[in-house]
Amino acid sequence: LAPWVPVVGLEIHAQISSNSKLFSGSQVQFAAPPNSLVSFFDASLPGTLPVLNRRCVEAAVMTGLALNCSINKKSLFDRKHYFYADLPAGYQITQQRVPIAVNGSLSYSLCIDNKMSQMVTKTVRIKQIQLEQDSGKSLHDDTRSQTLVDLNRAGVGLMEVVMEPDMCCGEEAAAAVRELQLILQTLGSSQAVMAEGQLRVDANVSVHHPGEPYGVRTEVKNINSIRFLAKAVDYEIQRQIEELENGGTILNETRAFDSKLGCTVPMRDKEGKQDYRFMPEPNLPPLILYDAKSLPANMNHQQVINIDWIYERLPDLPSVKREKLVEQYGILPEHSFALLNEDGLAEFYENVVKQTRMKPKRVIGWVLKDLLSYLKQHSLTAKESPVSSFLLADLLNLLEKKEISSTAAKQVLAELWKGEGKTPLEIVKEQKLQLLQDQEELEQICQTVIDRQENEVIMMVLG
Amino acid sequence: QVSVALKEGRVTPTELCQQCLSLIKSTKFLNAYITVAEETALKQAEASEERYKRGQPLGVLDGIPVAVKDNFNTAGIETTCASNMLRGYISPYNATVVQKLLDQGAVLLGKTNLDEFAMGSGSTDGVFGPVRNPWSYSRQYKEKSVPKSHSEDKESNWVITGGSSGGSAAAVSSFTCFAALGSDTGGSTRNPAAHCGVVGLKPTYGLISRHGLIPLVNSMDVPGILTRCVDDAAVVLGSLAGHDPKDSTTIQDNFKPFELPYLTDVSKLSIGIPKEYHAPELSGEILALWSKAADLFRNAGAKVVEVSLPHTRYSIVCYHVLCTAEVASNMARFDGLEYGHRSGMNESTESMYAATRREGFNDVVRGRILSGNYFLLKQNYEKYFVKAQKVRRLIANDFVKVFQSGVDVLLTPTTLSDAVPYKEFIKEDNRTRSAQNDILTQAANMAGLPAINVPTALSERGLPIGLQFIGRSFQEQQLLTVAKWFEKQVQFPVIQLEEVKRHDHDVFQHEKSASFS
Repeated sequence: LAPWVPVVGLEIHAQISSNSKLFSGSQVQFAAPPNSLVSFFDASLPGTLPVLNRRCVEAAVMTGLALNCSINKKSLFDRKHYFYADLPAGYQITQQRVPIAVNGSLSYSLCIDNKMSQMVTKTVRIKQIQLEQDSGKSLHDDTRSQTLVDLNRAGVGLMEVVMEPDMCCGEEAAAAVRELQLILQTLGSSQAVMAEGQLRVDANVSVHHPGEPYGVRTEVKNINSIRFLAKAVDYEIQRQIEELENGGTILNETRAFDSKLGCTVPMRDKEGKQDYRFMPEPNLPPLILYDAKSLPANMNHQQVINIDWIYERLPDLPSVKREKLVEQYGILPEHSFALLNEDGLAEFYENVVKQTRMKPKRVIGWVLKDLLSYLKQHSLTAKESPVSSFLLADLLNLLEKKEISSTAAKQVLAELWKGEGKTPLEIVKEQKLQLLQDQEELEQICQTVIDRQENEVIMMVLG
Repeated sequence: QVSVALKEGRVTPTELCQQCLSLIKSTKFLNAYITVAEETALKQAEASEERYKRGQPLGVLDGIPVAVKDNFNTAGIETTCASNMLRGYISPYNATVVQKLLDQGAVLLGKTNLDEFAMGSGSTDGVFGPVRNPWSYSRQYKEKSVPKSHSEDKESNWVITGGSSGGSAAAVSSFTCFAALGSDTGGSTRNPAAHCGVVGLKPTYGLISRHGLIPLVNSMDVPGILTRCVDDAAVVLGSLAGHDPKDSTTIQDNFKPFELPYLTDVSKLSIGIPKEYHAPELSGEILALWSKAADLFRNAGAKVVEVSLPHTRYSIVCYHVLCTAEVASNMARFDGLEYGHRSGMNESTESMYAATRREGFNDVVRGRILSGNYFLLKQNYEKYFVKAQKVRRLIANDFVKVFQSGVDVLLTPTTLSDAVPYKEFIKEDNRTRSAQNDILTQAANMAGLPAINVPTALSERGLPIGLQFIGRSFQEQQLLTVAKWFEKQVQFPVIQLEEVKRHDHDVFQHEKSASFS
């Protein structure tokens, strides 16, 4: 059987972290009472006009720069028309002709064969980033034959990040999204929490034989976590392969991922192929951005966005942070990944290192294995840890000074985890875990043991 | 002048308001108003009176009764756009221009009638019925009109106001208010101004905020100003113009209100006469009047030159594509969900949408939506919409070239003829009429230029004819200065309405032209 080459591309919608919406002043807030964050413009009252939110543009520029994109100094807004209950104006304002950023790339890492020790770096091209409005939410109440519409989310700013079909499987897709998530969180341009709908991923999947043109692709939606993303992509790849091997064809359709069944199912086909009747948004002039070179001398700094100014103020991206950790502390690359993968863990580690004499290379094991397993067991983040960095550092100092053994340290940690406020030293004393350093005392104990077990000793000496 | 009268205490704001309100009642047959806000108007008048008593009026507009076309949002007062879709709709906010008028102390008498959603050139296609031109009842018209038969009721031969801001034009023309807001997308302020014998100003696109103006074509709409004289238009313009952060298409620069000088010397002026505006359908008497006006300038020493705007003939078809496309888009929000009419049909969301829109919109609106959607289809977009955008650029460039060649202001007719009787007007459909009547006014909207109708003379039938001046972008001061000079030269007669004569109030006896500045 000829081999199959799966091709995976992604369309990711990230909700912009801002106080107000993309084109109106109403607040952005998760889980507020229904329809309590809706301005006249969001409700599409006739005569209202969009006004662009500066913070949203900055967020998109930051993200574009972090993803190595070219920022378009002139970008345009368009209307995308369709009728749906959660789209009050009957159109979404988006950037179809000229988006704000194009032609970037994202590097991410994977473990080969699930071994943390072998990581490989891959790159996915970023086709573009565009600014657009989020829609409201509609809830279908079939029992009462009604649809409930909540417009709180209508008009919230989104960055749509389009990743080219450079990925080949669920694992790659998941890793790429995870890295994007970390980047967005580091920038602060989006909180990117999938569970709160701040990061939504649609996957485009197709398969083909090497040397042949790309196959028909399907779009997979309704993916609610990174784990499910990997599952959905892999399932869809398999499904397509099986379908084709059985002589079937792949339809260019939209499918939904069913997390309970672990499979993709065709979504109710709305109207065949939708014609969105794109039209320029007449109420928004072209968005003009400047850089240090093009910025006119007398321009009010408050009135414009300077791309170079933003670039200079970008925080260290995850990849840079990891490099720094490896360099500074001599830890392995996979350690740096693990540190950054958990919210606040890298900071925790660095705090421990600062407060202990133990070598960072030794500390890492304690943080990544022992502490982290406790955190995971109790579903806590590093910031919520009952064992503070100070306490852990204290404990590791005891170990470093050889006042306790490694095994004893683990016991102390278990006790510390209970969060009863005792210091490591107190626990050590309580449980009599201290290592004996006094030579004489040791000899005496050994002698006592030998005296008590005379027979065994004779047996041992005789061999 | 009435503003001075208010200041001097010769008349009070409440008196003025009451007189206007009672005049509105006695001219109800004109159907110029959809909603009369009697209570709130009187309250505003009272507040104004207090200010005058304290010697602290807010400005020239304080206490001045005004009317607003019913496609501007007015908080607490019904805004219908003369459509079933918005019948009973009470907006929670004021359009920026409405707010500005109120902030200046103006007294809002009510909302005026229009073609549904401002689509039309007759003010005949709204759900509240057509607007009647006050001149139909003027002595001037009645003297000249020959009854076709004895049994023919004079009433039935009334003429249209033109449109779509017919209600506002009629309101100003019949003295029920001193100024009115209209809107202008293809001539909707200038056209009825010409037919009703009032001044109709279309400002430069981007000068006055559209926030709160329910849009027809976002890239061409402007709020229009209707008054009885050019000076008044300048005053209203001064109170409305300027950047609005709520409207991203307004210019950033600060606007300085100006007073119009009395031009004594026009020798430095260059008037352009675009030959393409000599449309074949142009009536003989308007052609003659236009020629006379050109001579007027020439004899006074101005330079009068023939110019060419070669792409003029494409503007109607170009407008048709761009207008319907935007209409299709702008009307998409009327789905019955959030506000406005909602059909009782509730089998499914889609069927509710369809029924709501069929019930809420008239044929004109639905026709434009269908055309617009057609032009926006993916396979048609390049062919129609993009092409039309390019043609628009050419039309705008025609004007740029002409103004660059040294012409200050263009002089053209505003309409092809004087107002026609309603019975005749409705013989053709809305689309045909619009295509016919927009021809002289539309190009200024394409190019975003300021333009003004100045009432010039009466036709053989005793009805008003106006001429249009088109100016350079944001050069309203120059445009209005020329218009004011012209207005003084032509001395357009005051309408002699019998109904008005019955009211013996100081104000109307004092001034011939009943202006407020």
